[in-house]
Amino acid sequence: MPNDTPLSVVTETKEPVMIEMDGVHKWYGQFHVLKDLNLTVTKGERIVICGPSGSGKSTAIRCINRLEEHQQGRIVVDGVELTGDVKHIEQIRREVGMVFQHFNLFPHLTVLENCALAPIWVRKMPRREAEDIAMQYLERVKIPEQAKKYPGQLSGGQQQRVAIARSLCMSPKIMLFDEPTSALDPEMIKEVLDVMVGLAEEGMTMLCVTHEMGFAKTVANRVIFMDGGEIIEENNPHDFFTNPQSERTQLFLSQILHH
Amino acid sequence: MMTHTPHPDLPPPITSVGAVGWLRRNLFSSPLNTALTVLAAYLLYLLLPPIISWAFLNADWVGDDREACNSGGACWVFIRSRFDQFMYGFYPEAQRWRVNIVLGGLAIGMVLLMIRMFPYKNWLGAFMLLGYPILALTLLAGGVFGLETVETSQWGGLTLTLIIAIVGCVASLPLGILLALGRRSEMPIVRAICVVFIEFWRGVPLITVLFMSSVMLPLFLPEGVNFDKLLRALIGVTLFEAAYMAEVIRGGLQAIPKGQYEAAAGLGLGYWRSMGLIILPQALKLVIPGIVNTFIALFKDTTLVIIIGLLDLLNTVHNATTDPNWLGYSIEGYVFAAAVFWIFCFSMSRYSQNLEQRLHTGHRR
Repeated sequence: MPNDTPLSVVTETKEPVMIEMDGVHKWYGQFHVLKDLNLTVTKGERIVICGPSGSGKSTAIRCINRLEEHQQGRIVVDGVELTGDVKHIEQIRREVGMVFQHFNLFPHLTVLENCALAPIWVRKMPRREAEDIAMQYLERVKIPEQAKKYPGQLSGGQQQRVAIARSLCMSPKIMLFDEPTSALDPEMIKEVLDVMVGLAEEGMTMLCVTHEMGFAKTVANRVIFMDGGEIIEENNPHDFFTNPQSERTQLFLSQILHH
Repeated sequence: MMTHTPHPDLPPPITSVGAVGWLRRNLFSSPLNTALTVLAAYLLYLLLPPIISWAFLNADWVGDDREACNSGGACWVFIRSRFDQFMYGFYPEAQRWRVNIVLGGLAIGMVLLMIRMFPYKNWLGAFMLLGYPILALTLLAGGVFGLETVETSQWGGLTLTLIIAIVGCVASLPLGILLALGRRSEMPIVRAICVVFIEFWRGVPLITVLFMSSVMLPLFLPEGVNFDKLLRALIGVTLFEAAYMAEVIRGGLQAIPKGQYEAAAGLGLGYWRSMGLIILPQALKLVIPGIVNTFIALFKDTTLVIIIGLLDLLNTVHNATTDPNWLGYSIEGYVFAAAVFWIFCFSMSRYSQNLEQRLHTGHRR
């Protein structure tokens, strides 16, 4: 491995550590999904995780806000360790936004209500203030005019942008993206990626599970390749794409880049 | 480069829209359908005229006793002469204004709640759920503020039917929600309690429940402790219906995609807020048909209280048909009872359909 591994980059910049995964293991019944995962993410870092389906990449980021429970190892998010303690879990979830592959907007609430809900009920913000903030973020993702509509009336790309706005309304310190563009029509992928690039430029700490290699090349500080529940390779995007170290990575890249 | 001229929108063919289109599509779309249409029309021709002539054209409407019924049609005089009893049971005549106020207030409250534009909906809703039952009970039972006491054994007729049905519905819904949530809980003890409760109450017939509540329960209670019979029936009906309600609601909870739970959790909403704000509003909306189905079944099951000697609408009618002065007019009595039940059940059904439409937010998946 060359000397400028990501970890050395981390120690050079003196940004605080936001996420630390230390020897994390997870099993679904007998099936060992995550095998000794070690990952440190500092503030403002943008990390893209890729890998074949079933490699555990989604499970890995879902462990960070405890949508999945890990059985061994330590996960510390923003200085709080994830244990069975519900207080800790809710504290972390307040600071970690998540965007899902299938948007998961609340279909019975309008776009505005979707966005204002968590600030009102979790942050105890007055309704009017929460709605003002929601409108600000809806403007940021360029759909303020849809505020009074229901999610079912929007296109996939619009729904995903609402989902991003909904997360941002909680002013999260970390954003997790779980294949945010995989369920979208090709025409709509760009509008979502544009929002994500904008977020990255503002210095948001981001972890993205995605197959958008263009996004990885332009935005990521680090690309992580996972297979079989392990981190196979971890590098800056330039070296990752031009000079992949492991054979498995080379094979994966050749399959997704040359079709 | 070719320029594309969009194809203009054309009107549909005349035979596929309007009344003609509707007839073609629905009644005469195929030879079999045409034959069925003709057959149905013939059956209606056979059945309807005699029914109409019995119930309306040849019926007797005015009079004081059975002498007035001599035209061969239905004898609605019987219903008219017993109407008050069918409505109030044996509630003292001089006190019936109390029942009128209670039921009138209920009707006004419900109509106001159904008006979408009504501004104080939340306050009224809270009053109807919390304040109104106490007021209604006080007014009906009396014994305070100089109101004459009316024993629950004197309550009867449609009044009693409505009391049991409404209390059963209003009390069993929240209990059912809690049981449904409990049955899906991750806490084994809570889950076990809910499963046992639901399976027990679902496994016994309502008649048994009512019978046990009036015959068995006093055996287990210490001497002198005496529950009101109506109260015992209400509790029995509520617990029984709650078990059914729980399973209906559980069906709705299971239909909510996992992503909704995850999105709610991911935003930092705790269990009760996730349920109350995200999951239950969607789940309950999904199972409105099932909930109303249970309500309608409950409404009709109230007639079973005859087993413990309470006289609801049907049983009051039944008693009246055994009156020697009116022997032979039981058909009129039962038709009347059926019509009243039908009106209430059909209204519930229509209201639920209206509610479904109103709550629909264009989400089809």
